[in-house]
Amino acid sequence: MQFDSWQAFINMGGYGFYVWLAFGVSFLALALVVVQGLQARRKLQQEFVKEQQRQQRLARRKREVT
Amino acid sequence: MWRWLHPYAKPEVVYHLLGRWLPWVTLGAVATLSIGLIWGLVFAPADYQQGDSYRIIFVHVPTAMLSMSLYLALAIAAFIGRVWQLKMADWALAAIAPVGMVYTFISLFTGAVWGKPMWGTWWEWDARLTSQLILLFLYIGVLALYHAFSDNRTGAKAAGILAMVGVINIPIIRYSVEWWNSLHQGATLTVFERPPMADSMLYPLLICLLAFALLAAALVMQRMRNEILRQELRRPWVKAQFAAELTEANNGQKGQA
Repeated sequence: MQFDSWQAFINMGGYGFYVWLAFGVSFLALALVVVQGLQARRKLQQEFVKEQQRQQRLARRKREVT
Repeated sequence: MWRWLHPYAKPEVVYHLLGRWLPWVTLGAVATLSIGLIWGLVFAPADYQQGDSYRIIFVHVPTAMLSMSLYLALAIAAFIGRVWQLKMADWALAAIAPVGMVYTFISLFTGAVWGKPMWGTWWEWDARLTSQLILLFLYIGVLALYHAFSDNRTGAKAAGILAMVGVINIPIIRYSVEWWNSLHQGATLTVFERPPMADSMLYPLLICLLAFALLAAALVMQRMRNEILRQELRRPWVKAQFAAELTEANNGQKGQA
């Protein structure tokens, strides 16, 4: 353990701002990639649902006509 | 060999294979990343010259190294896609490029934040920094070209050619600190020599390198699965897959209510 206290850990020997800025932005960027990937998957699922509903509508209309 | 590889050229098989591996790779990435970063941030000793500011290295060096490895993977996928016309190699461009782009951005950003207290400047138009910035633009260019055409094959072709031409930048980044007078220091990790670094700092760095490699693998796998679904959205197997997922989700909701 290199730090005596929680404050010393946050302070990082006076370089706290730089160290935590670097780590913070890095993890924010990584989190955004993960979330964007999950969202893309959900969007594909919604697209599938929409397509299915459209085809059901078309089938119903065809049945009504005949 | 082709007979053995043949079933793996089917998108459906690859989708399910990646799905089976993804949780384990993710678990490995989270575990190694926690170990490496806690070791690096809390237990590794401070540097005698740079104090605690050097701890940025545990993100900076792995992401910078992997930004180049990912670019090589991107170029190899582009080459396979062009030469053997494998559509899944083309789709891999869309999976690798965003991950590489983010890793490049992280290496540049952490480098800038490290440079401010150590060199006295956020940015310098020096060979290493500039060539790494060009790598970021190459990734952005590949991604933009891939998605710029309504015909996906044209986009993949254009993006693949840019990816292959851009490979020239990789040795330039790698050797920039030797060819030009650079503010940036030489390589921290080399394959054939013992790195000039104390073991107490080297081991957490190597663990972080493994962790970011596993994380990159997990992110690429997640994106590859998405790209396969996107390309095959009209195929029966994708429809069956989504239908099964939706009924499962509905049953889960009913069970809770």
